Amino acid sequence: MSFETITAFLAMGGYATYVFASYGLTGLTLLGLLLTEARRHRSWLRRQHLVQGKAKFDL
Amino acid sequence: MWRWFHQWGSPKFFYHRSGALIPVLALASGLILGAGVFWGLLIAPADYQQGESVRIMYVHVPAAILAQSSYAMMAVMALISLIWRLKIADAAVQAVAPIGACITLLALATGSLWGKPMWGTYWVWDARLTSTLILFFLFAGVLALRNAAGQSQTAGRAASVLAVIGLINLPIIKYSVDWWFTLHQPASFTLTEAPAMPFSMWGPLLVMVVGFYCWFFLTWLIRLRHEIVRREVRSDWVQQMMKQ
Repeated sequence: MSFETITAFLAMGGYATYVFASYGLTGLTLLGLLLTEARRHRSWLRRQHLVQGKAKFDL
Repeated sequence: MWRWFHQWGSPKFFYHRSGALIPVLALASGLILGAGVFWGLLIAPADYQQGESVRIMYVHVPAAILAQSSYAMMAVMALISLIWRLKIADAAVQAVAPIGACITLLALATGSLWGKPMWGTYWVWDARLTSTLILFFLFAGVLALRNAAGQSQTAGRAASVLAVIGLINLPIIKYSVDWWFTLHQPASFTLTEAPAMPFSMWGPLLVMVVGFYCWFFLTWLIRLRHEIVRREVRSDWVQQMMKQ
């Protein structure tokens, strides 16, 4: 481990704001994009199923 | 070889076969990125000049590498789409562009967050930063062109031409630190030379680069599969799939 204490880790040698903001932004971007794409695909498929079901009913 | 190429060029074949890759890529990206963050944030040493701020490198450099390689990939797909008119190549271009644009923005944002404590400013109009900003505009341009005229073939072709022309920006980004006076440091990784930093620093960096690539292929694959079924919604195989 590079840090002796949790306080030292959280302080990041005085650069905590920049370091944690970078990692936070990265996590949000990667997770956000992945979940958005997965959810978009799933909701589209669900909508198509509904449309197909309605078409059958209409017939 | 050509048979394989043609098989994977078929939307139906691609959609059915690529589904198996999703859980593998999801597991790989989760594990590799988790290990990389742990190694980079907690175990890797601080830099003797930059101190703990060097840990930003483990997210900034992979984002910058991925931004450029995703553009290169988009341009190759655009070229294939222009020459062979493969439907799947056009869908691939449309699937890469928004992901590439977001990753380029992430590279710029993390670079700014690293620049502030090191250079004293979030932004300077230097060659590396400006050419990376142009990369973002190129991604945005491809996206805008693709969506400007609906889903027409003309829109697809115009976006592909722009993607290919924009390739010229990649060597400019790479060599900008050599060609012009710049605040930005030279490349952290090259394919021809051994890294200047110790293994304790390039090890986590390499792990993060691999993790970013796994994440990219996972997200791109989900988006591309969505694009394929959306475009092929009237075809028999999608209709059949919906009924199941």
